[in-house]
Amino acid sequence: LTAHPSNAHEHLLRELAPQVLGAVVRRYGNFAAAEDSVQEALLAAAMQWPDEGVPDNPRGWLIQVAARRMTDQLRSEISRRRREAEAHRQEPPDADLAPPPEDADSAEHDDTLLLLFMCCHPVLTPPSAIALTLRAVGGLTTAEIANAYFVPEATMAQRISRAKQKVKDSGVPFAMPTEQESEERLASVLHVLYLIFNEGYASSIGDELQRSDLVTEALRLTRAVHGLLPEDSEVAGLLALMLLTDARRAARTSEDGDLIPLAKQDRSLWDRALIDEGIALISATLSRGSIGAYQLQAAIAAVHDEALRAEDTDWPQILALYSLLERMSDNPMVTLNRAVAVAMVHGPRAGLELLATLTGDPRLRGHHRLAAVRAHLHEMAGDSDAAVADYLAASRLTASVPERDYLSAQAARLAATRR
Amino acid sequence: MKYILMMTFPLASWRTQRLDLWPMEDQKRHMEFLKRFNKELVDAGEFVRTEGLGGPEQMKVVRATKSAAPMITDGPFPESKEVLAGYWVIDVETPQRAYELAARASAAPGRGGEPLHMPIEVHPVMFSKACEDV
Repeated sequence: LTAHPSNAHEHLLRELAPQVLGAVVRRYGNFAAAEDSVQEALLAAAMQWPDEGVPDNPRGWLIQVAARRMTDQLRSEISRRRREAEAHRQEPPDADLAPPPEDADSAEHDDTLLLLFMCCHPVLTPPSAIALTLRAVGGLTTAEIANAYFVPEATMAQRISRAKQKVKDSGVPFAMPTEQESEERLASVLHVLYLIFNEGYASSIGDELQRSDLVTEALRLTRAVHGLLPEDSEVAGLLALMLLTDARRAARTSEDGDLIPLAKQDRSLWDRALIDEGIALISATLSRGSIGAYQLQAAIAAVHDEALRAEDTDWPQILALYSLLERMSDNPMVTLNRAVAVAMVHGPRAGLELLATLTGDPRLRGHHRLAAVRAHLHEMAGDSDAAVADYLAASRLTASVPERDYLSAQAARLAATRR
Repeated sequence: MKYILMMTFPLASWRTQRLDLWPMEDQKRHMEFLKRFNKELVDAGEFVRTEGLGGPEQMKVVRATKSAAPMITDGPFPESKEVLAGYWVIDVETPQRAYELAARASAAPGRGGEPLHMPIEVHPVMFSKACEDV
């Protein structure tokens, strides 16, 4: 992402963005226009604060500037409408246009969750929800989001404004959903945060494996949701999963940017503080007796992270966790991972037998992971010819350059030892 | 997901059928189609970039050789059947949407407003790079 004028201000602004937006939406009700006004206020702050210093009440300052923009916008909208329809005299609703009293909205009011529910609403497709979330809740500029996803700013602006229009058309209220609805909505929020994290961590486009700004942003927002819903086990599970995955960041690529698989990583490069935090979080969550897909994935990541050497990995436990996960979600990717665990516990032939049940699954057609895992298990079984063929097949199918390079290097390495 | 849509023109008919030889009215109709199409991509939040390319007479093939001087030859390879006339890079949610847009581009109006039915190659984009990352 492009650099803000100042990092300290950037942090503060991103922190305040959802609070300010929440306050403005509460006052004026118009989410789309409020979101634009808050963006303008954030930009104004980014320009002014480095020179003039941060105001005593930065949140109040931002709300006031955004409200002023909002008022101007409403005024010009009203006068435009009045010009257009002279017969219908429309008084400006003065009460609404009055400048807000300094920070009238209580400072403890945090609308982050409401905004996330709105931005990640199921009426939006994931790419739209991601763009809107990063801007409205993350406080990123359109240019920053466009840079992160390698599209022109105008395209991203259009995507965001279409997303806002869709939210408006669907009549989603800026209010807490019913308890029943809440669960489904929280699930889509977590899914969007998970996608942002993944895009940053294992970018499927891009020849850089990690786009750390998206990782940082996903972590920050997930932390915020966890802060608001500390009792929710899946929120805690997702946060733990992110921490335990991000902990391996430094070990995951070589200096040349090549992918290093888990088994070959230099584990001294893993971030112990993140691992400790993630393990504490997932242990506390699981001890409450709840279970969920993010929690199980976090638990698996924790088992990996606990092993000081790859050969110390507690594979039977990982296998048990994948079996639970497979029962919760009908996802062939989970079965692929379980096949690796089966191979580690019961030998490669058993793993290959499980993989055979996935051949022909339409959800995996054209996906490189099936061939990649099969190659790995063939190699474990000592069948180099089959392994080389599958590594090459997988390398042709992946859309990630580091992954392609890794897979073709595996094929080349095996082919060389065979001669 | 990003895709590149490559507009290919049959090389055999380039001399007689290329755009600048069409009646003015047909050229205009074609350009208006492209303008509308691009605008639609921008409005849908799917546009990444588009470029039109010079024809085969302006085209060279450059190949490094063992000696110091690279080999530069005029025009496309003699065995080529098509020439790349232009391309779009789009960012869409599904491959089906990429094929749908490619079909629309393929049916761009040609002489007399008849659809050209140009072959459009659709490739997924493996990676993108912005200036500041290099």
